[in-house]
Amino acid sequence: MTLSRTHGVIALVVVIVALLVFDLSHSAPLDPFRAPALLALGSGQAASGAHCAAAPGS
Amino acid sequence: MAHLAHDDRESTEHRPQRNRVWGRIALLLAAITLVLALAAAAGARFGLLLLIGLALGATLEGLRFGFAGPWRAMILRRDPSGIFAQLLAIALVAAVAFPLLATHSGELIGAHAPIGFAMVGGAFVFGIAMQVVLGCGSGTLVNAGSGNPVALVALPFFAIGSFLGAAHLNWWTSLGTLPLATLEGGAGLGLTFAGLGLIAAFVWILADRHNRRLPRRLVIAALLVALLALGNLVVAGQPWGVVYGLGLWIAKGASAAGADLAANPFWGSAAHAERIAQSLLTDVTSLTNLGLIGGAFIVAAWRAGLSQPIPHLPALAWAATILAGLALGYSSRLAFGCNVGAFFSGISTGSLHGWVWFVAAFAGSIIGVRLRPLLQLEART
Repeated sequence: MTLSRTHGVIALVVVIVALLVFDLSHSAPLDPFRAPALLALGSGQAASGAHCAAAPGS
Repeated sequence: MAHLAHDDRESTEHRPQRNRVWGRIALLLAAITLVLALAAAAGARFGLLLLIGLALGATLEGLRFGFAGPWRAMILRRDPSGIFAQLLAIALVAAVAFPLLATHSGELIGAHAPIGFAMVGGAFVFGIAMQVVLGCGSGTLVNAGSGNPVALVALPFFAIGSFLGAAHLNWWTSLGTLPLATLEGGAGLGLTFAGLGLIAAFVWILADRHNRRLPRRLVIAALLVALLALGNLVVAGQPWGVVYGLGLWIAKGASAAGADLAANPFWGSAAHAERIAQSLLTDVTSLTNLGLIGGAFIVAAWRAGLSQPIPHLPALAWAATILAGLALGYSSRLAFGCNVGAFFSGISTGSLHGWVWFVAAFAGSIIGVRLRPLLQLEART
């Protein structure tokens, strides 16, 4: 059997689904009622996400 | 009777086309359903971030806007078109991001990081590795989404490298780091435009005169990428990034497997421990990363481009892919970002480390382009 890109994508989808199932079972439950405002701009809330450019301790 | 036979034949001939149309509709419906389901389950912001990621993935794959490929084209063929498109997109983002960051400094943050020994070395190594696998931070995700086997193998090692690089980041930065330096306000924006213009002029001079052009496809791509990157900033409060999310995926797994990350100076710090405790579906870069993969997949499936056979590569090429994947992740953490987080978002939000990253990574790319055939990832030229 010749492997095609379809097989690779199927494997990737399986891994991502497994990652998300694992994540949901090992994380704080999702709560849309405690979600931040739709847009950070104009929300009055400080940016709280993590970014690759953030230096340690910043 | 003849009529019936003709109708049957026509119906049979049109069936594959009709199936393809239904397949495309199903793809779009599935994507919209996922976005809406996430918005309902986790919050509207997170659904919107997934949508932005999907649109970025579709744009990068559909309009062939990238970073590693255009740098390679400039090095090998002196074709500057892709680099011109990158500079245009960065300038467009900067034109809006600078004023936004100045007026909403509490709500929005730039991709600001200090310059240091490890940062420069990390960017140099990243430049080598991204040419070996021909995929940068965003490119590896997009290529994986479109079924590229090298990217599919490199991606998990990219994530492991990102996790390890972050775990060791404090030690590396302690080797020597300058104070944070950023460009701000109107003067900063003017200097950013001048710098981008200088690079464009330099690239123009070095380019083959027959290649000195910016195709309409890339102009449209640059506009869309800039718009979506600004969307990321406005929605998330932070610029577009890639590598943090990949490391976080491994950190979650390691934590669940019993690894004591609390003792690690990076992953054990309050902000990152909080991210590990929360779902990836509420993490900005994880969502846009998943979107990049999904958007590229949609375009590849839309074009029926997933039927290409996987090429037979020698063991050396696969070993090089694994090592390059690890290097991509590890080095991008030391460099405070990849082509997206450091180069694109760093420069467009005023961080001087983005400029240094560009120079170091391009120097690394010149070596990486030469290494790729030696590692049997392509026919020798």
